[in-house]
Amino acid sequence: MRLRDRQRESQIIQMRLIWTLAFVVIVLGALVSRMIWLQWLQHDRFQALADQNRVQTQAIAPPRGLLLDRHGRILADNQPDFSLVVIPEQVRDLDAALNGLRELISIDDDQIERFHTQLKQRRRAWEAIPLRSRLTMEEIALIAEARHEWPGVRIEAEAIRHYPHGDLFSHVIGYVNRINAEDIAAMDEATLANYSGTNFYGRAGIERQYEQRLHGKVGYRKVETNARGRVQQVLEEIPPVPGEDIHLNLDLDVQRAAWDALGSRRGAVIAIDPRDGGVLAFVSRPGFDPNLFVTGISLTDYAAYRDDPDRPLFNRALQGQYPPGSTIKSMMGLAALDAGVTDWQRTIRDPGFFNLPGTTRIIRDWKRGGHGVVNLHTAVVESCDTYFYDAGLKMGIDHIANFLAHFGLGKITGIDLQGELAGILPSREWKQRARKSAWFHGDTVNTSIGQGYMLATPLQLAQTMVVSARRGKQIVPRVAMGAPAAEPQDQLVLKNPDNWPRMEAALADVLHGQRGTARAAGHGAQYRIAGKSGTAQVFSLASDVEYKELDVAERLRDHALFVAFAPVDNPAIAVAVLVENGESGGRTAGPVARAVMDAWLLDGKGSLRDLSRPRLQPDEGATP
Amino acid sequence: MSSREYLRQLPSHQRGPSNRDLAFRLHVDAPLLAGLLAIMAYGMFILYSAGGEDINLLIRQSMRFLVGFTTMFVLAQFPPRTFRFWTPVLYGIGLVMLVLVLLVGIEAKGAQRWLYIPGFGRFQPSELMKIAVPALVAWFFRDRALPPSFRDVVIALTIVIVPALLIGKQPDLGTALLIAMSGLVILFMAGLSWRIIGAAVAFVAVAAPLMYFYVMHDYQRRRVDTFLNPEADPLGAGWNIIQSKTAIGSGGIDGKGWLNGTQSRLDFLPESSTDFIFAVLAEELGLLGILLLFALYLFVIGRCLWISYHAQDLFSRLLGAGLAITFFIYILVNVGMVSGLLPVVGVPLPLISYGGTSIVTLLAGFGMLMSIHTHRRLIG
Repeated sequence: MRLRDRQRESQIIQMRLIWTLAFVVIVLGALVSRMIWLQWLQHDRFQALADQNRVQTQAIAPPRGLLLDRHGRILADNQPDFSLVVIPEQVRDLDAALNGLRELISIDDDQIERFHTQLKQRRRAWEAIPLRSRLTMEEIALIAEARHEWPGVRIEAEAIRHYPHGDLFSHVIGYVNRINAEDIAAMDEATLANYSGTNFYGRAGIERQYEQRLHGKVGYRKVETNARGRVQQVLEEIPPVPGEDIHLNLDLDVQRAAWDALGSRRGAVIAIDPRDGGVLAFVSRPGFDPNLFVTGISLTDYAAYRDDPDRPLFNRALQGQYPPGSTIKSMMGLAALDAGVTDWQRTIRDPGFFNLPGTTRIIRDWKRGGHGVVNLHTAVVESCDTYFYDAGLKMGIDHIANFLAHFGLGKITGIDLQGELAGILPSREWKQRARKSAWFHGDTVNTSIGQGYMLATPLQLAQTMVVSARRGKQIVPRVAMGAPAAEPQDQLVLKNPDNWPRMEAALADVLHGQRGTARAAGHGAQYRIAGKSGTAQVFSLASDVEYKELDVAERLRDHALFVAFAPVDNPAIAVAVLVENGESGGRTAGPVARAVMDAWLLDGKGSLRDLSRPRLQPDEGATP
Repeated sequence: MSSREYLRQLPSHQRGPSNRDLAFRLHVDAPLLAGLLAIMAYGMFILYSAGGEDINLLIRQSMRFLVGFTTMFVLAQFPPRTFRFWTPVLYGIGLVMLVLVLLVGIEAKGAQRWLYIPGFGRFQPSELMKIAVPALVAWFFRDRALPPSFRDVVIALTIVIVPALLIGKQPDLGTALLIAMSGLVILFMAGLSWRIIGAAVAFVAVAAPLMYFYVMHDYQRRRVDTFLNPEADPLGAGWNIIQSKTAIGSGGIDGKGWLNGTQSRLDFLPESSTDFIFAVLAEELGLLGILLLFALYLFVIGRCLWISYHAQDLFSRLLGAGLAITFFIYILVNVGMVSGLLPVVGVPLPLISYGGTSIVTLLAGFGMLMSIHTHRRLIG
């Protein structure tokens, strides 16, 4: 009985053992089929995932092209800088990491916010986001010590833009700063790819205008990294194509002469070589330090600029619109000659005021008691308003507007800078459109001495001198060297071309004549200068309450203007100077223009140089 | 018929090894030993790559193997009746230590699993129970009638559940389930009726979701969540499983080559020399390497079942089969975890993963199997 029992039990266990073996084989089969699924059928997908893990494509930002002055002196270059960057994909707890880093080194709320903005933006995976730039050696050491605590946080060396001359070129060269969401949103796919390694973008001035040429072409490096992002080996590298170096027409010495001559006064100086339209100097004072903007300006620094009553961020040369005043009298004279309403012999008696015909309205000349008997020549030299009231009224606003348009007033010059304003060249149509009002004779009278509705930027005033020096032939001013913009077809042809030299003679007497309004500026010049002073009455600032507390009297003074070109017989420079609240064009702005012209026209020994050759020889240019 | 003549006429497997067989006299089963050595050699080969070509790691692993083999060899010298005699004592000690762990255990990573024994060092009582629980169930059925009566099933279940609950309380759900399984397979071997098995499976299917919501700890629940959807948190909890699947899948049929696995060598694969070493094997040696490992495992398990099949008493049979199946379940759970079929449970790949007391425990089990095989007597 017991034996039979045992046999049965033995059979049970033996059956179960066979079941077990079957179970083991089936389950192992299931595991094998799982492996076949993963390793055979899904192999390509996992292979790609493994490569994606291991192989990172890093963009290599191309070095940004340098900006050089016309003699090859560096105006903007790139310098190494150490910044703290974060690769969000490798950070497990971003907030904890950010807080930890903030305990270690100073990172302000601004930078955190900018970081978060960039994090939310369209970006490539595994791309580092900058958190703080300009790390000191001390900070680098602190982070390096604690870096194991935060994988995905690292210090990267990058080249950042550096402007060795600080605020001197701030309004013309502009600056670069961190690329932002709007820049990225505006890019097409190809451009976006080209900027994948780049953290900076041209924001203003030449940096913005020539962004594409300066940027270059991105390079790529395929690297094998471990799980903590450390590079194990470089698998492949396509080097970047560096951005193009751009030579500018600007001349460091001329620019500095203009800057220094303005001194601490607010104003602008534009100098253009009328032979090729090259901009020699482009100054707006006060300026700002563009280096502050590169890695993100702090709120404090920005507030200081924004709240400064001198408005250092305002580009007066390009965007400041001022009544041109008497600086347009030479052009007004040429217009009157061309219209046939006057000639060089005709004289008028100036009692110190002008009686608007058909009315009892009296319009005063700037000189009490008047200039006496004046012809066109003396009217220009002494800047007699009454003469031009009369001439203006005789030729009429339509002729004035048509004629002055040839000098570039009322339209942008087309300079290679963005944000240029066009000023106002008033006309019947303009007044109807802008003021919904008819044109009156009184408007014509005001316009004929550059007051009333007329507005022009310092750049436009310089451009009027360029056209004057070229005797009616226009040319577009260029900051950058190289192929000039298409020559404008529009050319002013006088009915009597002899009027050009005669007007130039009158303008020369402004500086060199006994009674010239800018005799002081012409004193001791080694070459003859054609120039015209002007004052712009301060209308807008008078009502500007904000400024009143500061220095009401000073801020209400007229703006001083001066335009000129030289040498008269072979013009090589045209200049416009604005000194805000400088009062006297001849006495305040004139000397500034003279200093600029001397810097460009004289050689080292103080005499007129050979203008057909570059101002500095290549070896001279090398030494700053 | 003389006894010698009788022996000569018996089929070879019933005849037993001859007295001249050295292995038999040392109480070592040569095929099983060969299988184990092959797996371990293979494991060292993989570990060399997984551990970053660290010779010291291999030396420390060899030391464990040495301890394990010594234990195996010593245990093999005792006849199975010795184990049968000591089983209840061993179980009792284990149970006491499990209670002590909960009271005065050493805490690490949010669980109390270790006991400090003066002069011995840190000890994990659940490791002891991996053998004691199946052994006691086998002991319980040593002279019972089979198939087991309902009463016997209830008693056997109690033997299994009490330590499992204590271990689950530590909390170490993975080990608790494994130990419960190792006891339950003995019940299965003892001929538990298929109806009860079916009912139990149905019960587990219903109870599992309830366990998830009411019994599990947060960290356990997270593991299940991760298992169900690893992509939900690819950098956090899902990282391990995504990386190990990537390692396995990218290995392909013939692998990336020994020492050339990018996932493991560039540290994308976590725990690459311990719990996830299977992924290193899969990545570097491919499907072919896996098939070789499975073949070795199958040979060892098959040999164990064969030994069990020919064992002469009920205790030996049940214990032998139980140990063999436990060994297989470890393989299943580890490979299933690494390949994303099962949730992440900290179970090493038997005889391959670096470290742990599990090597000693496993080899102790194989020592008992060798004892079972080499202490057979002829039944008259």
